[in-house]
Amino acid sequence: MSLTKTERAIIVSMWGKISTQADAIGTETLERLFLSHPQTKTYFPHFDLHAGSAQLRAHGSKVVAAVGDAVKSIDNIAGALARLSELHAYILRVDPVNFKLLSHCLLVTVAARFPADFTAEAHAAWDKFLSIVSSVLTEKYR
Amino acid sequence: MVHFTAEEKSTILSLWGKVNVEEAGGEALGRLLVVYPWTQRFFDSFGNLSSASAIMGNPKVKAHGKKVLTSFGEAVKNMDNLKPAFAKLSELHCDKLHVDPENFKLLGNVMVIILATHFGKEFTPDVQAAWQKLVSGVATALAHKYH
Repeated sequence: MSLTKTERAIIVSMWGKISTQADAIGTETLERLFLSHPQTKTYFPHFDLHAGSAQLRAHGSKVVAAVGDAVKSIDNIAGALARLSELHAYILRVDPVNFKLLSHCLLVTVAARFPADFTAEAHAAWDKFLSIVSSVLTEKYR
Repeated sequence: MVHFTAEEKSTILSLWGKVNVEEAGGEALGRLLVVYPWTQRFFDSFGNLSSASAIMGNPKVKAHGKKVLTSFGEAVKNMDNLKPAFAKLSELHCDKLHVDPENFKLLGNVMVIILATHFGKEFTPDVQAAWQKLVSGVATALAHKYH
C-alpha cells in the first residue's frame, strides 16, 4: 500500500492546518481514545489520565509530533519512524489492534476541528496514511 | 449485552434528534465506499463508483445510505435490546446479503466521523464514547444471527 501523489498533497496540505493546533489535537486524541476504548489505558498505569493532566498533554504532543515527522518524510515513512518502530517492537509492544483505535480517534479529532477540509477524499487519504504509519510501527514485531 | 447509562442514552438521543438522516446516511455509505473501496463489492449494481465525487453524488448510494441510517434509527429506539431489534436484519445480512460483519464495524466508525464533522466541538470525547458503544452494539447485534 503506498500513497498516490494526490493523497500526499492532501495530507501535506491538511498537516499545515493540523500543526497549528498540534498539542491540543494530540491531547484530545488521547482523551477520546481512553474514553471510547478504555482497555487502551492498560498501557498507561504509570500516567495520570485525567483530563488536563500534564502527562496526557505531553504524551499527546509526542504522538502528534511523530505523525508530523511521517508527514515531513512522506516519501520515506519507514525511514522517518525507524527508531519509533523499534521502540514499539521491543519496548512498548502495544498490541497492533490499538493502532487502528488511535488512528480512528485522531481522525475524529481532525474531523471535528476541520469539518470543511475533512472531505471524503481527505478522509480516505488520512485513513490510508495512518494505516501505513501503523504498519511501519508494527513492522518489526516478529 | 451492551448496557447504556441514563446519561449515555440521553446523549445519544439528543444528538440523534439533530441528525438529518437522509443526508447523513448518504454521506456515511458514500464515505465507506470511498475510504474502504473493497466495500464496493456489495454494490456492483450501483453504477458509477469510479471516483470520490462520483460515489458521493451517486443517487443509488444516497438512497441506500438513507435506508441504512433509517434502520440505524431503530437502534437509538432500542438501546436496551439491540440483539432482538436487529435479529431479522442479522439473518438477512448473513443469509441473503452475505456481508462480512467486519463491514458493520467499518460503517460504524465512518458514522462516528460524520457525526464529528457535523457537530464539531459538540462531539466531545464523552459524546463520542457513547456513540462508539452504540455502533459497536449494533455491529454485534447485526452479527449475532450469523451461522
